[in-house]
Order: sequence, then C-alpha cells, then structure tokens
Amino acid sequence: MSKKTNKLEAINLDAYYGDFHALKNINIGMEEKAVTAFIGPSGCGKSTFLRTFNRMNDYIDGFKVEGQILLDGKDIYQKNIRVDELRKEVGMVFQKPNPFPKSIFENVVYGLKIQGIKKKSVLEEAAETSLKRAALWDEVKDKLHKSALALSGGQQQRLCIARALAISPSVLLMDEPASALDPISTAKVEELIYELKTDYTIVIVTHNMQQAGRVSDHTAFFYMGELVEFNKTKTMFTSPKDERTQNYITGRFG
Amino acid sequence: MPHIDTELERLKTKLLEMWDLVEYQLQSGREAMVNADVELAKLVIKRDRKVNQFDVKIDRMCENFFALFTPVAVDLRMVLAILKINANLERIGDTAEGIARFARKLEAPVDPALMEMTKVLPMYEEALAMFEDCRTAFKNNDPKLAKELIKRDKILNKIYRKSDTVVTKYMVQNPNKISEALALLSIIKKLERVGDQVTNIAEEVIFYREAKVVKHRSDKKKKKTPKDDKPGNTQ
Repeated sequence: MSKKTNKLEAINLDAYYGDFHALKNINIGMEEKAVTAFIGPSGCGKSTFLRTFNRMNDYIDGFKVEGQILLDGKDIYQKNIRVDELRKEVGMVFQKPNPFPKSIFENVVYGLKIQGIKKKSVLEEAAETSLKRAALWDEVKDKLHKSALALSGGQQQRLCIARALAISPSVLLMDEPASALDPISTAKVEELIYELKTDYTIVIVTHNMQQAGRVSDHTAFFYMGELVEFNKTKTMFTSPKDERTQNYITGRFG
Repeated sequence: MPHIDTELERLKTKLLEMWDLVEYQLQSGREAMVNADVELAKLVIKRDRKVNQFDVKIDRMCENFFALFTPVAVDLRMVLAILKINANLERIGDTAEGIARFARKLEAPVDPALMEMTKVLPMYEEALAMFEDCRTAFKNNDPKLAKELIKRDKILNKIYRKSDTVVTKYMVQNPNKISEALALLSIIKKLERVGDQVTNIAEEVIFYREAKVVKHRSDKKKKKTPKDDKPGNTQ
C-alpha cells in the first residue's frame, strides 16, 4: 500500500478461542511511525488482533494462533522469542487508566526497575523525559512522589502512556485509550498520539469513529473476525470500497 | 499547534495560493486587453487550468476535513466559508480567462476613447482593489474590512448600469467598431460579476468570523421600503 517500511505485519493470521474462530486469515501491514486504527463493532476481533502484537492473548485458556505476526520482519510467535523482551519493544495502554497504587515517579520507572536499573539519576532522567513526552510533566513535576491515584482520569491515562514510553518501545498498542475519559482529556490524549507518531509506530483500537479520523493515518475495519477493508483513513472516511465499511462508518450497521 | 489547527492552516494556505493565482490572472487579463497582447492572453487562458486544479484540490481537502475532523462552531464555519470562497475564486478565474479570450482576438488595442467613455479601466482597478482587500480581510480575519469593501461594489454597479447607454452612443458614432464595443460591454458585465463574487467572498469572511449571515440583506430592504410601511397602504 505504501513505500514506507512495515513495522508490523500479519500474514495469513487465524486466531481461535477454543472452537471459536476469532480472526480469519488476516493479512495486513502497519507502517512504521504512523498511526493505524482498528475499528469495528464489538466482538469483531479488533482487540484480539491488537493483543497478538505483544502476545497478550497467550494467557487465555484455549487461545491459539496460526500464521505469522512479524515485528521488523521477525515472527514473534517463534519459539525462541522471549515474551518479556518483546514487550519492551511493544508497549501497551489500556482502556481504563491502570496506574499502580504507588507514587507518580514509581509508576513511570516501574518497568526500568524491573529491568534492574537502580541508578537514581538514570531513573530520574527517564521519568522526566517520559512524562514530558506524555505531555504530563508540567502538571505533575511538583508532586512526583505523591500517589498516582490522586490524579484525574485523564492524567492517569497519560501517566500510563508515560509508563509505557519509559521502557523505550518502538511500538505502542492502545486499546480504546480515551473511551473512559472526558472530552478535554480525550483531546489531550489524541493530540499526544498525533505527536508520538513521529517516533513510534502506534496501533489503536477505537469505538469512536471520529477519533480514528482525527488521529490515524490508516484505518482497518473488522467485522466478524474478518478484515473487511484497510486503507488510508482519508479514503476510508470519504469513499470506502466495501459496502459494509460504508454502513458501519455512517452508523447504519446492524 | 493542535492537529486540527495545523490542517486548517494548510487549507487556508492553499486557498491563499489560489487567491494569488487568480489575482495574477485578473491583472494579466487587464494587461492583455489594454495592450492587445495576444501572447499574454494565450498564457492566461492556459493558466486557467491551474486555477481549476486548485478548485478541485481545495474541494477535496474540505471533503477530507469534514470526514476526518467533524468540525463544529468556528471550525465548521471556516471550512464552509473556504468551500464557498473556493467556488467564487474559480468563477473569478473564469472571468479572467474570458477577458483573455476577448484580448486574444484583438488586432489593435481597444479604442482609448471607448475605454475612457465606458470607464472600464477604473472599474477594473476597483474590482482588483476589492479583490486584494478581500484577500487581506480573509487572511487577517478582519470582518470590518470585509464589510467596508462590500459597499464598494456600488461603484462597479454604477459604471455597469451606465455602460449600455454609453456603448450604444459609441456604436452609433462608430458603426465600424460595433463588435469591439460589444466585446467591451461583455467585459464590463464580467467585471460587474467579479464585484458580486468578491462581495460573496466578503460575506463568507463575515459569516465565519461573526457567525452572521449578511447575504441577501439588500433583498430584505427592497421588500420593506418606507412606502410599503405606510399605514393604510393596501395593494
């Protein structure tokens, strides 16, 4: 679809929850340093698909994948792949802000500490850089050691983004990152996504079609486990090729 | 700058580029007419394709903007205004092309006496000045300037209204120059339309800045003349 390199790629991907065929022969390539949005009705498989990129589905009983997921051309479902290493490369932000019941500072440097980094100056620098990158620094710089739970929902979500950035991933997966936030916080998170794409490859699942329009470069529409259409967001929102996409984005679906 | 503002700025810049091109077309059309410069006239005609390309591009950009950003309030009015301004600029571009088509057929410069009598050059100057001021009003978000320039459309209308009589008189005196005189008359009509189109654009600037609809105001005034308001005035 484009001359840019694909950071992530799915090749003939099928996924199952026991007998349920959740993803059906998905083939898609996601451009480096761009935002790709997954849209589709509930249960269409978009979150399942997102979670294959950092193997979050591995913990689910009966879950099985066939086919390939390539990160920088390397299949992440190969046996020799270390999942903890994979997740350093592929960060994730969830629907509900989920800060740990610790200080703001401890939240951001949590991943680094797990990696064994103890030097205070390194941790402090990482915390500042990540919080600045997540557009939260100015709001929290004077209360870094206060509880993260005292922050507003929107701030907590940006903190979770800072926490994900601290381990220097190259891919950020976001599963409806703004659906639990008010419009102002949503706008801040969307603005942040737009800025972050200069350095990160971002994949976002969203129920909010306008959000997909505002933040993404490419959009993929899923329906009943199938990838119905994948194109530039501009094209998807002005002249989608498939009638099902058209019906979904105009709110006429099912 | 927020993403939506960056995109709006891009749209605005594109429209201003088109504005510059159309202004250049109008100016060149005048030069070609005054100097009977056939080569320049051909260039203007050819360049109208570029104006049309801008028209299509800006339409597409607006369509994308609506689809991707679902704008509201001032942003919505801005894109609606850009869409309409774009259409008017394209029409003004067509006018410049029309003038050039007239100039292309000229064998010698138009009779200075005819130009003097019809006041076509001052009319052209005023249309160009209004066009330039309108660009400034749009660029600087200045509804005050937009309102002022709308009033100047009267100057063009006045010259246009008199042109029939003036040209008829000229044709009676110069029966060998009837086709030239008729062509000039059609240019005057085109310039009058430019005045209307610039007015339309200025109204869009007011609409998007102040959320006020000022178009068709004169129609209302006409319907409600003092005479009609007199008590007991039945029709």
